Amino acid sequence: MQFSYIQPTSIEEVFKLGSAAPLYAGGTDLIGLMKDDIIKTDKVINIKKLKGLDKIEDKGNKGIEIGPLVKIADLIENETIQEKCPLLVQTAKEIASPQLRNMGTVGGNICQRPRCWYYRGDFDCIRKGGDTCYAVGGENKYHCIIGGGPCFIVHPSDLAVALLALDAKIEITSENGQKTVPVNDFFILPEDDETKENILEPGEIVTKIILPEQAKGFKTTYIKFKERSSWDFAVVSVAAVLKTDGNMIKNGKLAFGGVAPHPWMEAEINQKLTGLNTDEASVDAFTSSLFHNAEPMEKNEYKVILARNLVKRIIDNLA
Amino acid sequence: MSPKDISRRKFIKNLGGGVVGAGVAIQTLSAKTRKESKPPSKSDSAVALTFTVNKKPITLLVEPESTLADVLRNDLKLTGTKVVCNHGECGACTVLLDGRAVYSCHMLALDAQGKSVTTIEGLMDGEKLHPVQEAFVEHDGLQCGFCTPGQVMAAEAILIKNPKPGKEEIIEGMSGNLCRCAAYPNILKSAVAAAEKLNKS
Repeated sequence: MQFSYIQPTSIEEVFKLGSAAPLYAGGTDLIGLMKDDIIKTDKVINIKKLKGLDKIEDKGNKGIEIGPLVKIADLIENETIQEKCPLLVQTAKEIASPQLRNMGTVGGNICQRPRCWYYRGDFDCIRKGGDTCYAVGGENKYHCIIGGGPCFIVHPSDLAVALLALDAKIEITSENGQKTVPVNDFFILPEDDETKENILEPGEIVTKIILPEQAKGFKTTYIKFKERSSWDFAVVSVAAVLKTDGNMIKNGKLAFGGVAPHPWMEAEINQKLTGLNTDEASVDAFTSSLFHNAEPMEKNEYKVILARNLVKRIIDNLA
Repeated sequence: MSPKDISRRKFIKNLGGGVVGAGVAIQTLSAKTRKESKPPSKSDSAVALTFTVNKKPITLLVEPESTLADVLRNDLKLTGTKVVCNHGECGACTVLLDGRAVYSCHMLALDAQGKSVTTIEGLMDGEKLHPVQEAFVEHDGLQCGFCTPGQVMAAEAILIKNPKPGKEEIIEGMSGNLCRCAAYPNILKSAVAAAEKLNKS
């Protein structure tokens, strides 16, 4: 890798630089992509000096605003987040290793590129502009079971899964102004564009992650199933936000990581959750209905069972 | 092709990249030595980096693409910091940046601008080992020793943050450092002993 290093101090300067260069914050993903020649660039725009994007602000009933340059380690240690959104703390603790949490940022975590080994390896795959997804008929143990085609990645972010369950919104700023979109609309499927994972266009920057004020009385958890316990990407993960009343789940949300090309939430699943009795038979009936519409590949059908069992574990623990 | 083949292939590829990188760095350095009388210009793209390394203020010119590990090892000759995976995964390159553990192979040297870096060389007090180093010696917290500088720095980072960490906190704090000899039980014992040692002194 060889490039020039540009250090704008305001977002307006970034816009003036044009849109041809990757934005560099924590760098934990971008450095790897450049070392592996997946991203080739002659300049890198360091955005760490941009003012005001590394703060966490409690806006009362307007929720909590998290700057994209907040480091994962700082998110974990933030008192507001600890008090008002323990789910985000629990999820952030599951991200990567202590060193990477000291380096990586919240914005980078949700915008990171997939870990598919064909994308990261020497394959001219469809996500890199080629015309083949090598996971089809190849080694697809870690690929998606739903929402895939023509590319079959899974999205690697842990935070994005929790943010989805929490109804968070993402603020995007460009030269032309600002827009705020729900997390669900921020991420896209390969059928919309197989070369990127979100709606960001060149010249657009994530400037805020907005957590709406959380309703009282909900129990939350994040379970991440990893093949290696010390640190790894999720095989399947589940974020849950549930309200229980005796033996009944009054309402709630489940969001899934590791199953689809973007963090996955289904209205149908959450509807079935509402009013679910927590006796064993009802829970079994509910979990065995999950991902009935999945289309697993040759080597990843186990993810369907894993996702169902993780949900069962969550209901057993929380309800 | 099995996943094993891919990761093995990738590993060999990266290893090759590392060797080539080292070769290039040596050439750059010898070229620089020959031109020592001239002003210290590496190339037109080189940028001045001012930071503190092991409490000493340092300014030097670095290429934007140089990682912090490159600069520590090749320019400053602080070769105690090891580069193993060169992908921010194994932890052998762990140093402290403003007191926090980071992977020096996986960040640009320019990201240390204005900051304070501590490497394994910075822990010793003259010829006297740091308590964390002593604990690793006393508890045999190593086999081949290649990951040890990173392990020691990770342990030091835990103790900076919390001088009295519980065992779980130590396990968690050391989780970003791999040891291919799998000397983990003694590494853990060493880190626990280091905490006890620091609290006694």
